[in-house]
Amino acid sequence: MAQTITQKILSRAANRKFVDAGENVWLNVDILLTHDVCGPPTFDIFRQEFGPDAKVWDPEKVVVLPDHYIFTANEHAHRNIDLLREFAARQGLPNYYDVGTDRYKGVCHVALAEEGFNIPGTVLFGTDSHTCTSGAFGMFGTGIGNTDAAFILGTGKLWEKVPESMKFTFEGEMPEYLSAKDLILQILGDIGTDGATYRAMEFDGEAVYSLPVEERMTLTNMAIEAGGMNGIIAADAVTEAYVKAHSSKPYEIFHSDPDAPYHSIRRYNVKEMEPVVAQPHSPDNRATVRSVQGTKITKSYIGSCTGGKLTDFMLAAKILKGRQAAVPTNIVPATVKVARDLEIETYEGVTLKKIFEDAGCSIALPSCAACLGGPADTVGRSVDYDVVVSTTNRNFPGRMGSKKAGVYLASPLTAAASAVTGKLTDPRDFL
Amino acid sequence: METIIQGKAYVLGRNIDTDQIIPAEHLVYSLSDPEEVKLYGKYALSGVPPEQGGLPQGNIPFVNEGSFRSEFTIIVAGPNFGCGSSREHAPFSLQVAGAKAIIAESYARIFYRNCVDGGFVIPYETADTLTEAVRTGDELKIDIEANTVTNLTTGVTWQLNPLGDVFNIVRAGGIFAYARQENLMAGTEPHE
Repeated sequence: MAQTITQKILSRAANRKFVDAGENVWLNVDILLTHDVCGPPTFDIFRQEFGPDAKVWDPEKVVVLPDHYIFTANEHAHRNIDLLREFAARQGLPNYYDVGTDRYKGVCHVALAEEGFNIPGTVLFGTDSHTCTSGAFGMFGTGIGNTDAAFILGTGKLWEKVPESMKFTFEGEMPEYLSAKDLILQILGDIGTDGATYRAMEFDGEAVYSLPVEERMTLTNMAIEAGGMNGIIAADAVTEAYVKAHSSKPYEIFHSDPDAPYHSIRRYNVKEMEPVVAQPHSPDNRATVRSVQGTKITKSYIGSCTGGKLTDFMLAAKILKGRQAAVPTNIVPATVKVARDLEIETYEGVTLKKIFEDAGCSIALPSCAACLGGPADTVGRSVDYDVVVSTTNRNFPGRMGSKKAGVYLASPLTAAASAVTGKLTDPRDFL
Repeated sequence: METIIQGKAYVLGRNIDTDQIIPAEHLVYSLSDPEEVKLYGKYALSGVPPEQGGLPQGNIPFVNEGSFRSEFTIIVAGPNFGCGSSREHAPFSLQVAGAKAIIAESYARIFYRNCVDGGFVIPYETADTLTEAVRTGDELKIDIEANTVTNLTTGVTWQLNPLGDVFNIVRAGGIFAYARQENLMAGTEPHE
């Protein structure tokens, strides 16, 4: 029977030759990811259900990356880090990345890739909805809650309903004014925030395979914004090169069969596409930047698992070099590695860090920061009637802090162009 | 488990995401300390813009100022309830506030799993648009065996979609209870 890449990976994890869309199967989990918001309650449930002296099923397969509320004076947030530290020490977890040490990494979905945990063909569950990001590596990744995560901690297994797949093919050569963010916002506008609920979103086509791995991660990252269970891109030579540079683990590459069944197939030609934003207050409220051009903004924000990778800052630097930000602009590198790269990588001979500093941007320490609002003292948190243009992933009411604020989700190019003018601006005006 | 859930309805619109159910700034409280747990009840649905809470009238808070519990037992909502983040704090906060069931047109996957596997609230779906036929404050009665909901205020009864496979997990009270019952956790029993 023909299968999609997602079915094949789930078949492998279920020790089966074939799994059908719609059936519930028990999967062997390769990696469980958690962080400072959902780790402590997960560990509580684990102790409650398996006993105070219980050991996790496989310490090597548990990855704990604190990233949400790191640089805050909030005492409850500090306590959560203490709880992670204590559990990791007691369980002897080698893959705990402690805050305040040189092991600290930053945003978990980007750090997973950098630390070599994204392995083609494997199954990852994480206590964060953006765990689907890792699907850019030809693997299955999806978000779960604390109870499910505690179940995995004790057993190494979880049930999942095999998803139907939706295919999104992007043909043509990527124009310089578009980024992966425009492609996924286009899809969201087409299918809505529940357009892929309980389904896999599979991306392919010439334009997708021309993208570096980090840009592909932007596509799979926002699968959850359409309600998708997972986003996935079959591994190619670019993926293999990245994986080999970051890990020595074996991997298996799966492809969808040519006659695999799909819920639907959508084709796009990127040459016919335009820079777009998601207007307040929903990621599917798409508009071309041109159609809302001139809307005044009070803040620009470039960061998060979606838009705080090195490739995002390379795009922003193209526009910010030699120009001034007209509104407060936050640069929030996703990880310590990305922050270091800002000091090393250059555009037209100038480091990205210098470009952003010269443009008057503030560079923050790596964490999730204001993408999800966070405690009151979080860098970049929206206040009152702020109008923010942001490279993050959600703009539901109150997401970045203030319930009264409006957030326009945009590509790093659009966020940078809008920072320069203080109004929503199509990046083609500067390119 | 109980066979009847009866109480006042609280009506919401579509795409109620987890940031509206429990805003991210409140995710720092303990989920096991009884005193701190009460705060999840206090802030349940506090991220919903006031005019969109307690429809059709609006501006009806789910939990009154200064209270930790809601007077509403059954939440009625449109499609895609619980979209957004994976935070289990969301269905947990609804349970702590006193909600026992949700009747929505559809759910986001992670929220739905969390409701069922954590045994917090029962996530019912219906093909009918109940948000147009139920007003906040109406008295509703869910008959779990018959799989129906009746608006006692108006006398109208609707069929709920079958819970299917997950009914066994709901009946057991969550994934752990279910897995033990089905002997799926052999060798991983709690240490006494």
